[in-house]
Amino acid sequence: MIFDFLEVLVNAGFWAATIRIACPLLLATLGELMCERAGVLNLGIEGIMSIGAMVGWTAVYMGADLSTGVMAAALIGAAFGLVHAGFTVYLGASQHVTGIGITLFASSIGYFAFRLLLPSSTTPPKITAFQPIDIPVLSDLPFLGEAFFQHTAFTYLAFLAVPFVLWLMNRTPFGLAVKVAGENPMALEAQGIDVLGVRTLAVIIGSALMALGGAYLTMSAFDAFYFGMVNGRGWIAVALVIFASWRPSKALLGALLFAGLDAYQVRAQQLAGAIVPYQFFLMMPYLLSIVAMVVAAKSTRYPKALLTPFRRGERH
Amino acid sequence: MSPLLEVSNIRKSFGSLHANRDISFTVNAGEVLAILGENGAGKTTLMNIIFGHYLADEGTVQCAGRELRRGDPRAAIDAGIGMVHQHFTLAENLTVLENTLIGTQSLWRPMLSTGDARRKLFTLADQFGLEINPDGYVNQMSVGEKQRLEILKTLFNDCRLLILDEPTASLTPQESNGLFKSIRKMVSSGLGVIIISHKLNEIIKISDRIIVLRAGETVGSVRTADANKRQLGEMIVGQKISRPVRRSSRMFAPKIELENICTRKSKSQVANLKNIDLTVRGGEIMGVVGVAGNGQQSLAEVLSGHGRPTSGKVIIKGVKALEYTPMSFMEAGVAYIPEDRNNDGIVGDMSVWENAVLTETGNADLVGRMAMVRTSRCRSTAEKICSANDVRFQSINQPARLLSGGNIQKLLIGRWFARAPEIIVACQPSRGLDEGAISGVHRSLLAARSGGAAVVLISEDLDEILALSDNIIVMYDGYGSAAFENRNVDIATLGMMMAGDGFHAV
Repeated sequence: MIFDFLEVLVNAGFWAATIRIACPLLLATLGELMCERAGVLNLGIEGIMSIGAMVGWTAVYMGADLSTGVMAAALIGAAFGLVHAGFTVYLGASQHVTGIGITLFASSIGYFAFRLLLPSSTTPPKITAFQPIDIPVLSDLPFLGEAFFQHTAFTYLAFLAVPFVLWLMNRTPFGLAVKVAGENPMALEAQGIDVLGVRTLAVIIGSALMALGGAYLTMSAFDAFYFGMVNGRGWIAVALVIFASWRPSKALLGALLFAGLDAYQVRAQQLAGAIVPYQFFLMMPYLLSIVAMVVAAKSTRYPKALLTPFRRGERH
Repeated sequence: MSPLLEVSNIRKSFGSLHANRDISFTVNAGEVLAILGENGAGKTTLMNIIFGHYLADEGTVQCAGRELRRGDPRAAIDAGIGMVHQHFTLAENLTVLENTLIGTQSLWRPMLSTGDARRKLFTLADQFGLEINPDGYVNQMSVGEKQRLEILKTLFNDCRLLILDEPTASLTPQESNGLFKSIRKMVSSGLGVIIISHKLNEIIKISDRIIVLRAGETVGSVRTADANKRQLGEMIVGQKISRPVRRSSRMFAPKIELENICTRKSKSQVANLKNIDLTVRGGEIMGVVGVAGNGQQSLAEVLSGHGRPTSGKVIIKGVKALEYTPMSFMEAGVAYIPEDRNNDGIVGDMSVWENAVLTETGNADLVGRMAMVRTSRCRSTAEKICSANDVRFQSINQPARLLSGGNIQKLLIGRWFARAPEIIVACQPSRGLDEGAISGVHRSLLAARSGGAAVVLISEDLDEILALSDNIIVMYDGYGSAAFENRNVDIATLGMMMAGDGFHAV
């Protein structure tokens, strides 16, 4: 019995599933991380993922090719990011309230548009989504090939987002400005840089990444769109950002950890479903996430200016 | 040749407050101009206008003969103006080098180049005597290091005119001297410097010319060589002001005694207390001196019940303290004036009146049955405290954070003194205050002393310690020296002890 539980870990299918489940979380976490590093909490994440999922899917359903669908998802995410930044960065509105508003609005308008488009369908129609690509040579490796090198292009793209965000945040003048905007915006202002502009751009890029996370669900995982399909992944990403201490490399670790637990619980259900109620296993990833959060959050250090609007020319 | 900086007829108001009225002056290359004035005289506002943080209502700023674009720090930087703000504009979670690079490269460049910057930083540091580690993180640096970084940032941008806003406010005397040396090097290499301060002694030491501001207006402009200290002092406040003088007074029985107190090592690099013995009698002011971080903060915490010693006894009025909580110490008659008055003394977003009665939750006069706050009584109590201590405010309902530092301190002292405390623990009580407020604080402490209270005065300002204390101890690395009588010490010995002389080898 114990051996059965351990055997899951050497099963290539388990690792492949972990990679797949991690993708939307990874993209969303990196997106949220970008926003928060700039000092803006983006609770619109759940809705932005949802509308990204819908727009990406719809574009392909209407006949666009897959890469156009991905672009469309990123663009709608960026647009909602601009709305969020408009309210929170330029008008200094509450980031919590604005974010939740955007989540409610974006997920509803997405589903509304979907219904207008397909008023009568009861079973969600499917599109021809991204197909697995075997990476030459590597995919032929025993175990590793099946686990890591037989995925869709979107999956590889999601993992490439990690070096992209690492480069952007740690190697470019823009990334430096983003980090300062979230730590002490006055330090940017004192060097003659437009704090509001930097924050807005970071929120736009971050929101585009979130929308890609949503689009992964409809374009590489389920191949269909239905209401409520994001199913809390956005909120998990918000927690993963804290777990990651706002560092992209640790965001990768967090996303993989959560995805691994999720992939594991499905298999554990099959092994022990007769003895332990399956709800117990469903609960496990969340429970262990809370434990991981408690451990990780002890040493964590928030960006100091997170949640604080910046206004020019005010007496401080 | 036109002057480096020419400011003409600057006028700025915030609502009904006139921060600057018709201010004009010039600065030339190779000179230090000092701008003197009390808190709230409009010095910082003026600098923020020159640097482009604020838009002036009227007036112009010209740099080397060309008018600066208004309200744009970038224009000021490009014209060669650098500003070191009183509250540092550093990102604490980044390195020195990263902080220096902010804003020096186009945001659209795909790669941040660091090699040249590192070399330039080293060259500048060397040239002006501003020692720094480019890879150190800002949150692990001392105030002095942070300031060196701020100056290096401006030099890195090739600044020709450096504005320093209250640069010595939180520096040790040694750090201030180092700063002045660097300023002289900059001036001799052709930079112009504007230094803002309310410390007369320093200004006379470092500046070539002095402008005095009061209530937003220029009230005087003199060459430092011709300046008279007393005259300047009167110009600043508009009337004669003198610090109170300590006279001998009677001492009573010990009010608070520490016996062999040790505290736990903290995570920060601050020293923990090691075998501290201290007795403070009624009618006595005990001065505690030391370089910041040598255990003064822990001592204050133990004395006020905020910290629990790992061993040793605290005896208050002959009774051993059993419980180490702020509440039990307060009830035993301890008042605590914290070092960080803005964060530990007041609740900035609560009103002046609420802050004035914050310690009185147990006072049946102010808090009725069912824990209902008796608002009108609280307000009148607060008004009494404020008028007795000359706390000036626009409305008693305004948030306390909008008060000036001096008024916040007077409010805190008034709040504690309304409880008639027998033991007063005052940490850096006059740090960052202007001359009027300082003499007010000193007067209050001396009044408490002649009323029979025991006062522990923890300060890094030697002049203050020597002026007020009956007895003095020096702290070094968590150890305390024996107490000296004030009249038996000389400054040289104190300075040596502050550097560790006379403490057993650690």
